[in-house]
Amino acid sequence: MMLAAEIAWTHIRARARQTLVALSGVAVGVGFSIMMAALMEGSQEDFIRQLVDALPHITVSDERRAPPPQPADAAYAAAEIHGLTPAVRRRGIKNPLATLDSLDGWIRGSAAPSVQTRGIIRYAGRDVGAAVIGIDPHKEPRVSNLVAKMRKGSLASLYRATNAVILGDRLAEKLGARVGANITVQGDKGRIGAQVVGIFHTGIRAVDESTVYALLKTAQILAAQTGLVNEIRVRLGDPMAALETARRIEDETGYKSVSWQEANEDLLSTLVIRNVIMYTVVGAILLVASFGTYNIISTITHEKARDIAIMKSLGFRESTVRGIFVVESALIGLSGAILGWGLGYLLCLALGSVQIKSPFMDTSYLPLAYSPLHYAIATAVAVGSSLIAGFVPARKAARVHPVEIIRGAT
Amino acid sequence: MSGGAPVIRARGITRVLPGVVPTTLVRDIDLDIGANEFIAVTGPSGSGKSSLLYLLGLLDVPTAGEILIDGRATAAMDEDTRAGLRLSTLGFVFQFHFLLPEFSIRDNVMLPMRALGRLSPEAARARAEELLASLGLAEHTAKRPDQLSGGQRQRVAVARALANDPRVILADEPTGSLDSKSSEQVFAILRDLVDRQGRTVVAVTHDLDLAARTDRRVHLVDGRIVEDRPTPGGEVEARVSG
Ligand SMILES: Nc1ncnc2c1ncn2[C@@H]1O[C@H](COP(=O)(O)OP(=O)(O)OP(=O)(O)O)[C@@H](O)[C@H]1O
Ligand SMILES: [Mg+2]
Repeated sequence: MMLAAEIAWTHIRARARQTLVALSGVAVGVGFSIMMAALMEGSQEDFIRQLVDALPHITVSDERRAPPPQPADAAYAAAEIHGLTPAVRRRGIKNPLATLDSLDGWIRGSAAPSVQTRGIIRYAGRDVGAAVIGIDPHKEPRVSNLVAKMRKGSLASLYRATNAVILGDRLAEKLGARVGANITVQGDKGRIGAQVVGIFHTGIRAVDESTVYALLKTAQILAAQTGLVNEIRVRLGDPMAALETARRIEDETGYKSVSWQEANEDLLSTLVIRNVIMYTVVGAILLVASFGTYNIISTITHEKARDIAIMKSLGFRESTVRGIFVVESALIGLSGAILGWGLGYLLCLALGSVQIKSPFMDTSYLPLAYSPLHYAIATAVAVGSSLIAGFVPARKAARVHPVEIIRGAT
Repeated sequence: MSGGAPVIRARGITRVLPGVVPTTLVRDIDLDIGANEFIAVTGPSGSGKSSLLYLLGLLDVPTAGEILIDGRATAAMDEDTRAGLRLSTLGFVFQFHFLLPEFSIRDNVMLPMRALGRLSPEAARARAEELLASLGLAEHTAKRPDQLSGGQRQRVAVARALANDPRVILADEPTGSLDSKSSEQVFAILRDLVDRQGRTVVAVTHDLDLAARTDRRVHLVDGRIVEDRPTPGGEVEARVSG
């Protein structure tokens, strides 16, 4: 093999320009593949992180997957009954405290109760509809990152007034309300006066302009149902365990438990499509790059037909001759890939410095994922396709009958 | 001196090139090549001299018949075994030198040794230098083939053919493209391989003067041996095949 490698090296060295072209082909392929992978995975990670951060990992609501069986159905199993007035169900999760206790017993994470209701916020003659979420300021930090989003005040500020609220910053802006302002919240069944004790900012416009946090009690008053808890939110140590855990919660409580994956099923499935597209494009880039290798190797085998014939006539084995060109392709593939690492890294740096301004989100930088795996995969594909591209002409060259060429040359 | 078992023995070999009109290159050749013989293969152009040499050197495979090298039948061998036999027992010199242009002539001579892998790189290098020196090329070992004259190159080709100490050298018009002085030199070297080193040389040549200075002459016409006899005045009594 040393011999084959040495001959390979002389061939390549004697063709600096051609080699450089083939090399840059591979390098550009690898570089762009790395960049693409970093970009796609970076944005995907960022997207998932936002999903996972912004929403509870599991939301247990007071709904059920199947409509509850009506008492009449239970009584007359075989009959189909029409025209009944369905039994009215009281809203909310039954025995929320007991349910929370039992969840705390086994889930790997935390659970917190909340009340989801709606209200119209009125201040200085302006009315804005908003989601009013009742929370427990002690438990909330364990299930959401609301604490980190607080701009003014804190969750504990909710205890400072009888009916205290924390507003999204855009909502506060719309209303013209500041901390300390006394606003009115009009719920379905009642109206309360409340004091603004904090402002939060998530960066997601839809949330910032229409969400209000209050104590559980305050939200229960608005919903006109004492003790109401209609949503339990769960945050897990490992977000990826959400699917499994949600299923178990649903089995145990009977309440609909939606993991973040389920809630975003459609979005996540577009990620799969995105990945398929990415790998196709990256594969195509690397495939095209290997054409350069094919080109140079088959050129060399043609130019070197006479040398091949003489080596074979001297008694070189077919595998040795083939080895020469396989080594050449590997050299081109590998050194192209190494150049490509540099190129890919530079491209990532360049892309990473691009600012993105979005009307719906805070200004940010393109999210990029730096992973050695991207480099390894691009290298493996580049070297692999180079080897295949080189192997085809190499095999042909190695099989040549020396007599035909020697006859032609003498 | 000739004698002992033949180094190469051809038994009824025929080589037909397939095609719309099949071409017969050589026909029904019986030939025993003894140890330490210098044989000239002569004949008109197109008579099958080169074809015969390729067959004897295991570069080509006969359509019918058998070639034995040191008593080993070769017809059924696979390509790698034949290649191995070429590498260790046979040496080729062609009309065109066929040196690898990117390598120094020393490296060219080392190629067969390295392919065979019997000698360490140092030993191979020393042997290459020695061979080149014995052929009067001591001061050129680091040069590349294109820096040498035609005669020098052909001597390098001889050195390469000798690399693995083969018993038989097969040469196809080794002096065919050389001027008379160089061709005299190369011929003298071949003669020396037989006389002093006890090797066997089979050389195709058009040059009847040179042919006359071999031990035995095999004359081909239309792919058949029409004459096989000791060269008149040659030093050695060659045996007529059959
Ligand atoms: N590939 C081929 N296709 C068709 N005919 C061929 C082929 N190779 C050789 N021949 C023919 O086979 C015959 C023998 O060729 P060969 O080269 O052995 O002759 P030669 O005696 O060496 O001739 P020269 O003295 O010109 O070198 C010639 O008639 C030649 O034209
Ligand atoms: Mg010929």
